[in-house]
Amino acid sequence: MEAESSQLVFYLLSFIIVIAAICVVTLKNIFHSALFLILVLFGVAGIYILLNAEFLAAVQVLIYVGAVSVLIIFAIMLTSHLTSRKIKQSNEQVTLAVFICAGFLLASLASIANTVWRITDRPMPEHNTLTIGKLLMNDYVLPFEIVSVVLLAALIGAIVLARKEGT
Amino acid sequence: MLQYLALAAILFAIGIFGVLTRRNAVGILMSLELMFNAANINLVAFNKYIGAAGLTGQIFAIFVVVIAAAEAVVGLAIVLLLYRNWQGIDVDQMNIMKW
Amino acid sequence: MLENTYLIPFYPLLAFVAILFFTRWKERLSSYISIGMVLIALVHSLFVLAAMLSRHGLPMEKAIPFITHPSLHLELGMYIDPLTAVMLMIVTIVSSCVQIYSIGYMHGDPRYSRYFSYLSLFTFSMLGLVIANNFFMLFIFWELVGLTSYLLIGFWFEKKSAADAGKKAFITTRIGDLGFIIGILILAAYAGTLNYQQVFEKVASGVLAPGIITLAGIFIFCGAVGKSAQFPLHVWLPDAMEGPTPVSALIHAATMVAAGVYLVARAMSLFVGSAEASTAIAVIGVITSLMAATIALVQNDIKRILAYSTVSQLGYMIMALGLYGADTALGHHSPGFVAGTFHLMTHAFFKALLFLGAGSVIHAVHTNDIQDMGGLSKKMKITATTFFIASLSIAGIFPLSGFWSKDEIVATTAGHPVFMFLALTIAFMTAFYMFRLCFLAFTGKPRVQEKYDHAHESPNTMTWPLMFLAFLSIGAGWVGLPWLSHGFSSFVYHEQIHHSEPSYILMLASTVVALSGIGLAYMIYYKQRFSADALAEKFKPLHTLLYNKYYIDEFYNIVIIQPLLKFTDFLWWFDAHIIDGLVNFVGWLIIKWADIKQWFDQYIVDGAVNGMGYACMAGARLFRYLQNGSLQFYTLIVIGSAVGLIIYRVTSRGFIYYLLGASIMVLIRSIIRTSGMEKASTETNVQD
Repeated sequence: MEAESSQLVFYLLSFIIVIAAICVVTLKNIFHSALFLILVLFGVAGIYILLNAEFLAAVQVLIYVGAVSVLIIFAIMLTSHLTSRKIKQSNEQVTLAVFICAGFLLASLASIANTVWRITDRPMPEHNTLTIGKLLMNDYVLPFEIVSVVLLAALIGAIVLARKEGT
Repeated sequence: MLQYLALAAILFAIGIFGVLTRRNAVGILMSLELMFNAANINLVAFNKYIGAAGLTGQIFAIFVVVIAAAEAVVGLAIVLLLYRNWQGIDVDQMNIMKW
Repeated sequence: MLENTYLIPFYPLLAFVAILFFTRWKERLSSYISIGMVLIALVHSLFVLAAMLSRHGLPMEKAIPFITHPSLHLELGMYIDPLTAVMLMIVTIVSSCVQIYSIGYMHGDPRYSRYFSYLSLFTFSMLGLVIANNFFMLFIFWELVGLTSYLLIGFWFEKKSAADAGKKAFITTRIGDLGFIIGILILAAYAGTLNYQQVFEKVASGVLAPGIITLAGIFIFCGAVGKSAQFPLHVWLPDAMEGPTPVSALIHAATMVAAGVYLVARAMSLFVGSAEASTAIAVIGVITSLMAATIALVQNDIKRILAYSTVSQLGYMIMALGLYGADTALGHHSPGFVAGTFHLMTHAFFKALLFLGAGSVIHAVHTNDIQDMGGLSKKMKITATTFFIASLSIAGIFPLSGFWSKDEIVATTAGHPVFMFLALTIAFMTAFYMFRLCFLAFTGKPRVQEKYDHAHESPNTMTWPLMFLAFLSIGAGWVGLPWLSHGFSSFVYHEQIHHSEPSYILMLASTVVALSGIGLAYMIYYKQRFSADALAEKFKPLHTLLYNKYYIDEFYNIVIIQPLLKFTDFLWWFDAHIIDGLVNFVGWLIIKWADIKQWFDQYIVDGAVNGMGYACMAGARLFRYLQNGSLQFYTLIVIGSAVGLIIYRVTSRGFIYYLLGASIMVLIRSIIRTSGMEKASTETNVQD
């Protein structure tokens, strides 16, 4: 019963994600695209919940929807005068891109189908967030610290890049 | 599990399409976010169904999210820079890589 | 002084080199150098003669090795004996006189210096020939002499007859020289040496078979036949008169043609080993002498008369030497050797004088034909006087030098009645034709007035040598007076001194013969008691035969030259058609092959090279669309390639379809895009 409902939820979410993603890459208005992106990100967060990754879902909502999306919208606003134009938002290599994407999709699906998966449907830890916190502070402390340095570097780099010259 | 992987594949393919076709640099960045998400779905799905017990996949997904955020920051900074120097962010017109 | 005799030939050689390389443009200087050098040689020769006399004719030999080989030892060396000393004197004296004479005679000639350089070269060769101590060296100088003879006969090579005469002389003597070298090779093969003394020792000791000696002797005599213009190779000498007259005097009267006689005298030790060879020599000599004398009776060209006279006199000497060889071989005593060499010496002087006198006459009247002369003695006293002296000498009138030498020769024939009769006949004819010449040229009335008016005495440089030679023509024979106990015969002799008692009967006989010859000429040509033309008419067939020189030239022409020409024509035809055809065919083949190669080169190789170029350009034209600078296009390629790898991993057939489709689309798209981009880039440029 639970499995069936989760299946239903999954397909609903998947449908939303795919449609929204297609809108993201095809809509002419970049601002609308950004809005659909937020929709996609929410959908993905829902998928995380379905996969017993509540913490990750929270992170997804916080960082992506809360920070990255806002950042993107800021960028769109800063380069705004383009967005209002009703110009073609895709270039001439659409056909080729479709062809490649289709090839990729078919190959991926084929390989997914052909691969013999050793699925072990084992129970996930009860206290997901707690476990993650412990892992980050014990086993993955070094990558965690490095990632923080990377973030700092990205921050400084972004400031350096974005500031006006001479200021 | 397979349906998750298929969803990830579809999402990734759409992301690729966006990267390849979007004329707007910000659009390209958004498509990249789609691809990150597709990869994350894969990681989390694998974490749940395959391999030893633990949350390694989710940890990795967290790192991916962080890195994606950093990437978004730097990317958008570059977009701003481009906008300033080119009076636009239309990637089509950026053909100076020829030289 | 004797040790340095080898220097004598080098004086003229020095002159030759100096003229050739340094003084060709200074004509006077050239002639002075040449004459100075030959005078030095003359003085040196005098010393050699004196030294030879003081050691009573003891021979001297000196040599350095030239080619040392187990089977043959060749050397360069000199062999000095009285014969050599006498020959040195003859050559240097005549050469000096002729060269001094040539200053006047050749005056104004465009190739004056060259003439003297040739004369010097000739003198060098002749002196080298004389002092050689072996047959090998002798042959070298022999050929050098032939070469200079050729050069000097053809000196006025603009004249076809002169050029032809040069060739004729060269080729004719070459026939004799072929025999000569065969003889030398026979000696080298059987005696193992070419040194005179060693060869003669082997002959004397009987190491060599008599047959070999005869063979070698006859072949070596062939050389003498060619060089001394003996029958049947005498034909070149009259033609050789095309050369300058002093040359005729030097080479074709006094020295070079005497080389044959010298050769026979030098190789006498060889000939005495074979009575057959010696007899053949004597017969050839007498035939030549008789034939030439008869021809000389009717000729009109002054130089040709003298030329035939020379041939005749040389035959006389050869005959004497041959008789000596034959007699000695049979164990008899004979004065032939002395007679031959003695006559060689005296003849050299008076014949040189005759030629120089003739040259003087020709110089004055510019014609060779004695029928156009006459009465010249009034205008050319010195020339006429000296010419008469020489004529008397050659005719054998007491007490001139020719008398003594000719007397010796007649004495040689004492034991051979036929030879004696012929010798006296020849003496008679000699006297006759010489005085026919003298009377026609110098006495009587001028037959062509304008030539007579033009005539004048020659300059001093020409008359002095005449006078000097006239003196020698008178006195040179006195060294061989039969009453002298230490005369010529006790100086120049072969193996043992032969003292012939003076034979007054023979002297009387030869004088009578000579005088009768002169008297006949006097009657016909001076007093004109008989008409020469009437006589000629009376003996018309004989006259015609003689006038045409027994048709020997014509005979050679028909028998040898024409077939040879036919044969050479055939060879030419063969060469022109068969050989050239072959050569041209090969050439044609090569050209064709080259054409093929060129075609191959042009189309295949160049095509390949150019094709590479075109392929590169086409490829570049194609691939330049790939590098269009578009970030997204690059991304597309990267991702497309990655996707391709994935597809390949999953299904290889699908990969091929994917690859094909993607490639075609990439190309089409990139082409479209580039054209768009070019527009865009121009816009961008405008913006910048």
